[in-house]
Amino acid sequence: MLQFSIWKKGLIWSLCLLGIVFSTPNLFYSKVEKANDARALVATGVVATPEMEVDIAAWPEFMPSMLVNLGLDLRGGAHLLVEVAVEDVYADRLDSMWPEVRDALREIKDDVGSVRRQNSGPNELRVKIGEPEGMPKALEVIRDLTRPVVTLTGAGSHDFEVSNEGDILIFQLSEAEMIAMDDRTMQQSLEIIRRRVDEAGTREPTIQRQGADRVLVQVPGIGSAEELLDLIGQTAKLSFLSVVQQTSNADIRAGTGNVVYPDADQEGVYYVLERVAVVTGDQLVDAQPTFDQNGRPAVNFRFNPAGGRKFGVYTAENIGSPFAIVLDEQVISAPTIQSHIPGGSGIITGNFSVDESTRLAILLRAGALPAEISVLEQRTVGPELGQDSIDAGKTATVIAFALVLVFMVLTYGLFGIFANIALILNVTMIFSLLSVIGATLTLPGIAGIVLTIGMAVDANVLIFERIREELKGGKGPARAIELGYQKALSAIIDANVTTLIAAVILFAIGSGPVRGFAVTLGLGIVTSVFTAIWVTRLIVATWLFARKPKTIEV
Amino acid sequence: MRLKLVPNDTKVDFFSFSKISLGLSSVLIIGTLIAFFTMGLNFGIDFRGGTMIMVETPEEVAVGEYRDLLSGVVDGDVTVTELSDPAAALTGEANHVIMVRIEQVGDDAAVQNDLIKIVKDTLSEGFEGIVFLQTDSVGAKVSGELIQAGVLAIVLAVGAVLFYIWLRFEWQFSVGAVVALVHDVFITIGIFCVTQIEFNLTIIAAILTIVGYSLNDTVVVFDRVRENLRRYKTMGLKDVLNLSINETLSRTIMTSVTTLIALLTLYFLGGDVIRGFTFAMIWGIVIGTYSSIFVASVILLRLGVKRDWDKTDNAAGTQFADVDA
Repeated sequence: MLQFSIWKKGLIWSLCLLGIVFSTPNLFYSKVEKANDARALVATGVVATPEMEVDIAAWPEFMPSMLVNLGLDLRGGAHLLVEVAVEDVYADRLDSMWPEVRDALREIKDDVGSVRRQNSGPNELRVKIGEPEGMPKALEVIRDLTRPVVTLTGAGSHDFEVSNEGDILIFQLSEAEMIAMDDRTMQQSLEIIRRRVDEAGTREPTIQRQGADRVLVQVPGIGSAEELLDLIGQTAKLSFLSVVQQTSNADIRAGTGNVVYPDADQEGVYYVLERVAVVTGDQLVDAQPTFDQNGRPAVNFRFNPAGGRKFGVYTAENIGSPFAIVLDEQVISAPTIQSHIPGGSGIITGNFSVDESTRLAILLRAGALPAEISVLEQRTVGPELGQDSIDAGKTATVIAFALVLVFMVLTYGLFGIFANIALILNVTMIFSLLSVIGATLTLPGIAGIVLTIGMAVDANVLIFERIREELKGGKGPARAIELGYQKALSAIIDANVTTLIAAVILFAIGSGPVRGFAVTLGLGIVTSVFTAIWVTRLIVATWLFARKPKTIEV
Repeated sequence: MRLKLVPNDTKVDFFSFSKISLGLSSVLIIGTLIAFFTMGLNFGIDFRGGTMIMVETPEEVAVGEYRDLLSGVVDGDVTVTELSDPAAALTGEANHVIMVRIEQVGDDAAVQNDLIKIVKDTLSEGFEGIVFLQTDSVGAKVSGELIQAGVLAIVLAVGAVLFYIWLRFEWQFSVGAVVALVHDVFITIGIFCVTQIEFNLTIIAAILTIVGYSLNDTVVVFDRVRENLRRYKTMGLKDVLNLSINETLSRTIMTSVTTLIALLTLYFLGGDVIRGFTFAMIWGIVIGTYSSIFVASVILLRLGVKRDWDKTDNAAGTQFADVDA
C-alpha cells in the first residue's frame, strides 16, 4: 500500500495542483469578475474604454477565470416561479377556426342548411346545422380542414378531431395538437419573458422552463420580486378598437361582435367596443417613453408598414369619432380622432407615472405574452442580507477550519499535520470543482462545505486509529501504517457511499437551497475520499521513506 | 502531551446500560409522539404557503407595535417573531431583526403580490430606516408539492441505504442501522415540535444529512463487528459487539467532536438564516452518535447474526447457536 509508481505520484500531485490553480480566481473574486465582464463586452464588439482596459489588465488571460456563482441568497436578488395558463390559447385557436368552418359549410349550404355556432365548453367548438341528413357530407368537408400535426410523438394525428351528436358538429383540439400548442406557448412565453428582463437591463438573469407549464426566473441584484413581477406578470396585449358607445352600466348587453371593457382609471366608466381590433400590438415595431404636449408621461409608438397602413386608413375614415386603446381588457385611453394619422406612429396618453410609462414601453417593445401567467412562488433577498450572509459564512468557515486544524494537530501530532494538508487541499478542490462545473454556491452550500470539513477528517481518523491499534499490537512503523490503510479502507468506503447516496437523492429531488447543499456535500465526499486515501498516504509514504523512523507515534 | 478524548483500551460494557438507554429512547420517542400531536411542527411558508418578510430596524421596535400596525391592513393571521442573534454578544453589534409571517390569503397570486406591497409600504412609513432583508411568498400549490418531495426524499434515502447495507452486510445489520436511523429522524422531528423552531426546506436537507451521518457512524461500528466476528469465531456475539464498539470508540468520539466543532461555529457565527439548519444538525450528530452505540447494536444483538461467512468454516461449528454451548 505504500509503494507508489512514478506516474501515480505524478497524477496525484498534478490533480492537487489543478485544484489549486482552478480555485485561485475565487480569491480575487471582484477583480476576476470585472475582468470577465470587460472581456465579454469586448468580445461582442464594444470598443474598450480606459477603465475596461484596466479591468482586463488586472487578471491575466492565461489564468483560469471561472468563478463560483453566488446564489441569490448570497448576492441578493429576486426569484419567481410562475405558471403559464397554457390552456388559454386553446379558446383563441378554436375561435380563429370558426370563420373557416363557417365558410366551408356555407359552400355546401344545399346539403347542410343553416349553420349556427352554439355555446360550448372552452375546449370545443359546437356547430348546429339545419339539415341533419347532411351530416356525413359536413363531416367530410370539415375533416379536410384539419392538418396533420408534426411532432415526434403525435405522428399520424391531426390538429382537430371532428365528431357529431345528432345535428351538432363538434370540433375539438386533438391531444397531439394540444401538446404541440403547449410547447409553442411555453417557448413564446420564455422568449417574451427573456426579452422583457433583458430590456430592463439586468445582469445575468436565469430564465428556465420547469416541468410542463412553469417558468423559473432568477434575477440577481434586482430590488424585489414585486418589481420583477410587474415586469413579467402583465400579459401586455395591446389593441386599438373602435368605440360603439360609452356607458356607466357594466352589465349592458353588448350585442354580437362587441365586448364591454372598463376604463383603467375612472371607476364606473365602461366602453362597448367592437371585438375585432383595427390594429394590435403585434404590429408595433417600436415603443419609447416620452411626454405629451402637456408634459405628462406618455408612450410613443410606431407600427410596421402593414399596421401603419391599416391605422392610416381607419383614422382617415373615422375623423371625429372615438377609438379605444385597450391594454389587457382595460381601456387606457379613448381619444377622439382629430385627423388622418399617416406614417403609422402615434402616442398613447393615459394616467401614467414616469415609471409606468417606461414599463409600458418595455412591455410593448418586448411583445405580449401568449397566455396569462400566475405566481406560484416569489422570493426576494435584500442586498444587505446577502452581504451579511457572505460575511457570516466566511467567518464561520475560517474559524471552523482553524479549530479543526488545531484539534487535529493536538490529537495526532505530525500525522495531524499530514491530515491538515489533505484537508486544505480538500476545500481547495471543492472550490475548484464548483468553479469548473459552474455550480452555484448558496448559504446551505457553505454549510455543506463546513460539514465536509468536519467529516473529511473522519477518513483520516479511521486510518490513524487503525495505525495506533497496529502499533499497539507490536507491528513496526511501516507495517503498521500499511495495515492501517488497508484495514480502514472498507469502513471508509461504506461510510462515504452511504452519505453519497443521501447527497444524490437530495440533488435529484430537492429544489433551490437543498440542491445547493447536496452539490457541495457530494463534491466534498468525493474530494475527501481522494485526499484521505491517496494524498495523505502519499505524504506519509514519502515521509516514511525519507526518514526511516525506528518508532512512530500517531 | 497528546490530546486524548478517550483513554486507551476502554473495556466498557455498553450493554449493561441497555436498560437505561432503552428507557431513554422510549421516553424520547413517546415524548416526540406527544409533542407532535399536541404542539405539532411549526411549518415554515415553504410547507404551508403564505408570506414571510424579514426586516431589520436601526432602533429596537417592540413586536407588539408591528402587530398593531399590520392588523389594520392585513385580513389574514399575522405572526411576528423576534430573531435572536447570538453573534451580537460576540461582536457587540446588536441588530434588531424581526420576522413577519402572513397566512395564505386566498389562492390568487395577484392578491398575494398586492398584499406584499401594502405591508412593505405600511412598514416603511411606520418605522424609519427599516430594511427589508428577505421576502418569501409561496402559493398553496407549490407548498403541497414541496412537502411531498421532502417526505419522498427521506423515504427514498432510508430505503436506498437499507438496500446498500443489506448488500454489504447481512439483513440483521440493515435492520439495526435503519431502526437507529428512524429513531434519529423521529427524535429530531420531536425536538422541532418542542422548540417550535421553523420547519422548512433546509431542515429537510439537515435531516437527510443526519441520515447520512448517523449511518456513517453505524456502518463504521458494523464494519468492525463483521471483522471481529471473523477473527474471534468462538466469542459470544455480545462480547464481539462490546469489543467492536470499544475499539471504534475513540474514532466515533473524534469524528463527532470535529464535526460538532464545525457546526457549533456555524451555529454561533453563521447568521440567522441557517441557524435552524445547524441546530438540527448538531442535535442529529449527538443523537446519531448515541444511537449507533446504543440502538443499532442492541437491535443487532436481539436479532442475532449467522456467522457462516465462509462456507468452508461451516463444519467447524461456528454457528452463533453453537457459541454458547
